[in-house]
Amino acid sequence: MITLTQIIAEAALIEGLDLKTSELHGLSQRGGSVETHIRIGKKVYSPLVSSGKADLILSLETLEGLRSIQYANAKTIFLINKDALSFMGSPSEEKIINRLNKLIKGPKYIIPASKICKKELGKAVMAGVYLLSYASFKKLIPLKSNSVSKAILKVVPKRYLELNKKAFELARS
Amino acid sequence: MKKILLGNEAIVQGALEAGVDFVSAYPGTPSSEIGNIFGKVAKKHGVYFEFSTNEKTAMEAAIGASFSGLKCLVAMKSFGLNVASEALIPFCYTGTKGPTVIIVADDPSCWSSGQSEQNSRAYAYLAHVPMLEPSDAQEAKDFTKLAFEISKKFNIPIIVRITTRVAHQRMPVEMQKTNSKEQRTIGKFVKDVKHFVTMPPRVLEMKEELLEKIEKIKDFAEKNKINEIKNHKLKIKNCNLGIITSSISYLYVMEALKDLNLDLPILKLGFFHPLPETKIKNFIKRFKNVLIVEELEPFLEKEVKVLAKEINPKLKVFGKDLLPETRELGTEKVMMAIAKLTNRKYKIPRHYSLALPTRFPRLCPDCSYWLVFSAVKKMAPKGTIFGGDIGCYMLAGFPPHNIQDYLFCMGSSIGIAHGIKKAVQDQSSKQKLITFIGDSTFFHAGIPALVNTVFNKSNPLIIIMDNRITAMTGHQPNPGMGKTGMGEVTDEIKIENIVKACGVKNLKIIDPVNIKELQAAIKEFLNKKEVSVIIARRMCAYWAKRLKRKK
Repeated sequence: MITLTQIIAEAALIEGLDLKTSELHGLSQRGGSVETHIRIGKKVYSPLVSSGKADLILSLETLEGLRSIQYANAKTIFLINKDALSFMGSPSEEKIINRLNKLIKGPKYIIPASKICKKELGKAVMAGVYLLSYASFKKLIPLKSNSVSKAILKVVPKRYLELNKKAFELARS
Repeated sequence: MKKILLGNEAIVQGALEAGVDFVSAYPGTPSSEIGNIFGKVAKKHGVYFEFSTNEKTAMEAAIGASFSGLKCLVAMKSFGLNVASEALIPFCYTGTKGPTVIIVADDPSCWSSGQSEQNSRAYAYLAHVPMLEPSDAQEAKDFTKLAFEISKKFNIPIIVRITTRVAHQRMPVEMQKTNSKEQRTIGKFVKDVKHFVTMPPRVLEMKEELLEKIEKIKDFAEKNKINEIKNHKLKIKNCNLGIITSSISYLYVMEALKDLNLDLPILKLGFFHPLPETKIKNFIKRFKNVLIVEELEPFLEKEVKVLAKEINPKLKVFGKDLLPETRELGTEKVMMAIAKLTNRKYKIPRHYSLALPTRFPRLCPDCSYWLVFSAVKKMAPKGTIFGGDIGCYMLAGFPPHNIQDYLFCMGSSIGIAHGIKKAVQDQSSKQKLITFIGDSTFFHAGIPALVNTVFNKSNPLIIIMDNRITAMTGHQPNPGMGKTGMGEVTDEIKIENIVKACGVKNLKIIDPVNIKELQAAIKEFLNKKEVSVIIARRMCAYWAKRLKRKK
């Protein structure tokens, strides 16, 4: 997810925009629920998205997509990976999606990105780049798909580059 | 040329641009990346880097290098400063020879910290150490460079204090050329008893010299541009309200004013200590109200109130009456405070109470600690007291393990165990005590505590979780695993040799996959009348995978 954040940041820089991101490391990563914030604009001060101010929520896991609703308003776009990583006491994927459908007022895209990437690329973990690329092609983010593509080349280590490029192209279709 | 840098990356860049020679650190979120990066790049820049055994030895190593004329940087998290302060405080008295900058990373809201929500700003008062507070990654770089200049000019160590949201923030940063060297700078220790020895009565003279230095640095701060009035074009006499802020809070203030569609004069303080008092007085003298926006304790607020008494006794100083003293701030809370003072309507959006189950922190799926915890739970009789310490095994306190009855600071699992055992007095007491400590933590602080259990005769069962790496903070080397911070081969200091040398008679080394052997050892040792140690040794599963990939 940190790589994903870096890709978005680089894409914004490529387009000459100001940006700030915020992420958490260490113990907080053991927690499973990790969020990163990305803010892009002409001049950006705070690295944190305020409650109710998110333009896009991109979630790599279904329950965490629901959990992030505090950042959403009526217009927020939700782009959620249909992939619930259950734990003791967690609700079923179906229940989560029902709640999402009830609560989300704006556009929502619930896509089985992990399944698609596992099937077409052999690696479910490409879901993040797939969803980001999808967002750029569908114009859900103010970043050109060309910028995203260039950013991927800049950020991703050489040994994973081929796979990431494939995930990007897969999202085009 | 701009490059997107993480706050911690920017600090490394700033130190390299300043021509740092010697860097020491102990891993600790949110500062760990500083050490990690230096580990990789030090050699090519002609820098010496080490992960030291703990923050005290890291600080002391830097003192030695500084006394030998090298430019030094020490990096740690908040609690590390507690450990390092033992050496830092006299270092402020002696002063530096080679300029020395200390990076301290606080963690408001305790995203990756147990122990406390420490506000390391307070050390400025205790140690009389100058302290700068960058707001973003660009300032993290610039202030690190400035800190080296200040340290050089005044021969004093200086702290650059960051927080999680500065350390782990990314933004485009303007970079300059690094001041790299072909070879590491060779230091020279020139004897100077007058400046290196802190004995009385000389130490009292040193204190007087130190206080004089701080006064001179105050004059420097008055003129320095990192203490800056923003929106100064606004006619201040038309404003009822001014804002004083620093660190990450400045970014929240700017965001809040934007969202509230307001323009207010802001005094942004890059210096936390010493404060540019004249600048502050000149700022506050014309307002009716001033809002101090700072995270955690009201240090600035108290200082401003004192200054206001002199220059503007009718001034109302707002701070912790409108902002919380615990947890990080964020734009919403700042908006709330400013809205109240400017009669604007603003309500913090209600968080949906979704009542979603919490995802607790978990051990990695292949971690050997699962095996140790389950063996302990099986063999420990009802009522066993479990001691925790800092590292991946601190997750023993969460479900599904739930075996943690106390958790404090590094090494305290053993230290406190000893106290409990002495308090309950009976060495064949039915109340058993099992305590967990990691390999890195053992080297950091566990050894003196272990000595104490032998020296002062108590009998906890200590399980040393030896996964051959410092894992929680991202796989840094430690004295037990044979590699230095710069990747050079070194002796593996064997924990079992130390344990034996401390006089511990009951010692077993067991691979956690040998579950039956581990269970039998726990059962046997729980009946011992003296301290016993099991070293549960198995390489961190994740680290083992990374090593395989490297080959």
